[in-house]
Amino acid sequence: MTTLFELNNLTLGYDLHPAVHHLSLQVQGGDLLAIIGPNGAGKSTLLKALVGQISPLSGSIDWCGFDRERIAYLPQLSQVDRSFPVTVKEMVSLGAWTQTGPFGRVRSRHRRKVQDAIVQLGLEGFEQRLIGTLSGGQMQRVLFARLLVQEADLILLDEPFTGIDSRTTADLLALIHAWHRHGRTVLAVLHDFEQVRQHFPRCLLLSRQAIAMGDTESVMTPLNLQRARQMNEAFDEQAEFCAHH
Amino acid sequence: MFELLFAPFAEFAFMQKALVGCLAIALSAAPVGVFLMLRRMSLTGDAMAHAILPGAAVGYLVAGLSIGAMTLGGIIAGCLVALVAGLVSRFTQVNEDSSLAAFYLISLAAGVLIISTSGSQVDLLHVLFGSALALNNEALLLLASICSITLLVLAILFRPLVVECMDRQFLQSVSGLSPFTHMCFLVLVVINLVGGFNALGTLMSVGMMILPAALARYWVRTLDMMLVAASVVALACSFIGLLLSYHIAWPAGPSIILMLGACYVVSLVFGTQGGVISKLKRPRHLSA
Repeated sequence: MTTLFELNNLTLGYDLHPAVHHLSLQVQGGDLLAIIGPNGAGKSTLLKALVGQISPLSGSIDWCGFDRERIAYLPQLSQVDRSFPVTVKEMVSLGAWTQTGPFGRVRSRHRRKVQDAIVQLGLEGFEQRLIGTLSGGQMQRVLFARLLVQEADLILLDEPFTGIDSRTTADLLALIHAWHRHGRTVLAVLHDFEQVRQHFPRCLLLSRQAIAMGDTESVMTPLNLQRARQMNEAFDEQAEFCAHH
Repeated sequence: MFELLFAPFAEFAFMQKALVGCLAIALSAAPVGVFLMLRRMSLTGDAMAHAILPGAAVGYLVAGLSIGAMTLGGIIAGCLVALVAGLVSRFTQVNEDSSLAAFYLISLAAGVLIISTSGSQVDLLHVLFGSALALNNEALLLLASICSITLLVLAILFRPLVVECMDRQFLQSVSGLSPFTHMCFLVLVVINLVGGFNALGTLMSVGMMILPAALARYWVRTLDMMLVAASVVALACSFIGLLLSYHIAWPAGPSIILMLGACYVVSLVFGTQGGVISKLKRPRHLSA
């Protein structure tokens, strides 16, 4: 496997407080990696930095020649304005953006991909429904269908199963495994430890710093999880400037 | 019937010019208003309408009642307020709506001060309420240009604009067009308000944006139909408003906006998509 990207002493944060502090690691192409850690550990912040939505306070991300347009990102559900009057089909069609660009035509081959994705995610019959009329689980299927159409090589998922029933979760996990089998790299922020143990061979335990990264069983030890909780509680409003800039 | 509906436009050049000008405003402002409403920025449109006042006033002071100078002044003032408000919200803790409110109030106060100290009540009334029946060729050319530019930019930026409104994070993840799209949209709002104030005045030009969009939402569900419905209603109300103005001797701008207001109230009551009566009715439901 080749290195897809490398974090070099990366610090990310808000109002100068580090949400991710001096993180250095490598992610290999084809990895199926869960990112776990307590609330406020910097998991979502890390994904936002990978898609370029926030800039590092210090350190860098080395993409090792990987084309960043080949990234697909699923943020937390609440950040989509579901009152906007677009249909399921239109929403899924946006996945073709990476092929059509902002101004190009959606051609018949794109429309076929969209229809295939709709079928694969069990959304047949929902094509003309407005996204505002969908349940949380149905909406998540729509967003996964959009990811499917994007055909990205690196897929970043931020808490993709929160508030989703077990059947939908199982379907979406099957899709993630299919991506993995096809050699795509998937990074998913998750909270369900059992789910991580069952479905994700590798894991990053984050608590502003990397507590451990590697095979899931060797990372998710009681000692590491205890350390993650303690590190997370070290937040200090009166903290001095970091000496290891 | 012909006398009632078409004779004023057939007989009088000033009515023809008013019609052409108002139709141009309607055709471009209504779709912009749909996006403004869907972005929950309806009141931002109102704020921007006030923000253009000092620019128009300075244009008037420099060149008199010149459409070109007042328009240019209005565009500069409006874009400046939008840009500064956007920059302040990006680099400080203040939200864009709060910083916009602060800057439009400063701008409005400056505009009223300039007009009050250097002009007359008549000038102030012209800028605040417009004069649709006094549009000249220069103004018509301006309105037609604004209409063409708006429709062209909306056609080109349609997809980024929809995604920017609905799922900004997705747009940011697939392209760097988010800030550009946002700024282009604000510029469209400004130029349409500036175009509108020649005919309808700064205070009412925003009505041509927001009212058609708001009432369209009571009748149709999808974005494309909303754009069509808002434009058709804006065009129809411009036509009827001008007729009312001619036959009953009402001022043209308020007549048009009141027509839109009447349509809005009717839609609010009878609209099939969430109107009052449809809410009160106990709807039959489907089996699956």
